[in-house]
Amino acid sequence: MTRFLTGLATLRRGPWEMLATILIGLGVFMLMQPFFLWAFTWSFLVTLAGTVMFIVASHFPE
Amino acid sequence: MTPTPLDRLARATPPSMARRVRGLSDRTIAWLFVAPTIALLLAINIFPLIWTVRLSFTNFAANKPNAEVKWVGLRNYERILTDDGIWATMQTTAHFLFWTLFFQVLIGFTLAWLINRKFKGNDLLTTLIVLPMMLSPAVVGNFWTFLYQPQIGLVNYMVELLTGTPASSFSMLGPGGLAPWSIVIVDTWMWTPFVMLICLAGLRSIPDYIYEAAEIDRASKWRQFWTITIPMVLPFLMLAVLFRGIENFKMFDMVTLLTGGGPGNETLLTSIDLKREAFEKWRTGYSSAYAIILFVTVFGLASIYVKALNKVKER
Repeated sequence: MTRFLTGLATLRRGPWEMLATILIGLGVFMLMQPFFLWAFTWSFLVTLAGTVMFIVASHFPE
Repeated sequence: MTPTPLDRLARATPPSMARRVRGLSDRTIAWLFVAPTIALLLAINIFPLIWTVRLSFTNFAANKPNAEVKWVGLRNYERILTDDGIWATMQTTAHFLFWTLFFQVLIGFTLAWLINRKFKGNDLLTTLIVLPMMLSPAVVGNFWTFLYQPQIGLVNYMVELLTGTPASSFSMLGPGGLAPWSIVIVDTWMWTPFVMLICLAGLRSIPDYIYEAAEIDRASKWRQFWTITIPMVLPFLMLAVLFRGIENFKMFDMVTLLTGGGPGNETLLTSIDLKREAFEKWRTGYSSAYAIILFVTVFGLASIYVKALNKVKER
């Protein structure tokens, strides 16, 4: 956990890509879940944030 | 010696042009060769994408090209993301995605595991299993429509033979709640071989010495399966799941031919709904916003897919 947080703080690719992947996964889940309409409403923003983060993070050093 | 076509081309080049080309650096010549491809890519991929983003903020309707186009800001996105109907469509897509992936992984992995053993006729069996994957979705959609016919279809006949339920008493593609499962069955039938092939590649990449070492350590077959086979095939499996997930999220052709989104909206997947909004209701601005939402989702999933692919390549 400490390594993950240090990676985030020092802008390393691995942890940021993992965070972006989690956001994309969460966004897709929110888009398709049958429980809450508010989750569906916010799903696009979460997915978009994850996707943009993924693109930016792929330029970070290893 | 007869001159080659290249010699003839060199001689036909006017001296002024030849002098100019000789003066160019390798990098510039490389760019000259790549430029047409980049121009084509920009024209048929990037430009329509940017244009769609722009349209998604307007009330443009393609069937009224002379009507005034108003800038509506984020209203299209707001309407889509608070629409109960589109939410229901997403859930239909989720049902289709979840069950197709579940069955394809389960059956695909089992088949790969069985095919991986050495036995007579192994190659012939592999060829027969992968046949459905090579067919066009249009062909598959058409012949499964015949198979699902209540009166003359083989599926209803088999159900009657096995369970005694009269063949004409139910319709796989009609009302009654069977249609969402019918499209799952067809997609599973068609794409399980693909998952099987990827799993087979994963299974064949596991070196024998790992199993031999496990045998020496007296690990049971069950333990070998859970601690060697599954972890080593998992990246391949994830690749297959992501690829099929992205493809099924965009599924259009096969389901359109089978049910057209019906009965009612029971099999209305997002791509079919999008097509209706764009080319039946002619709400171009609205459907552009819808397309952008689907695009961002697919793009996000594709990013993860590429990352997983690179991990598999590193092995």
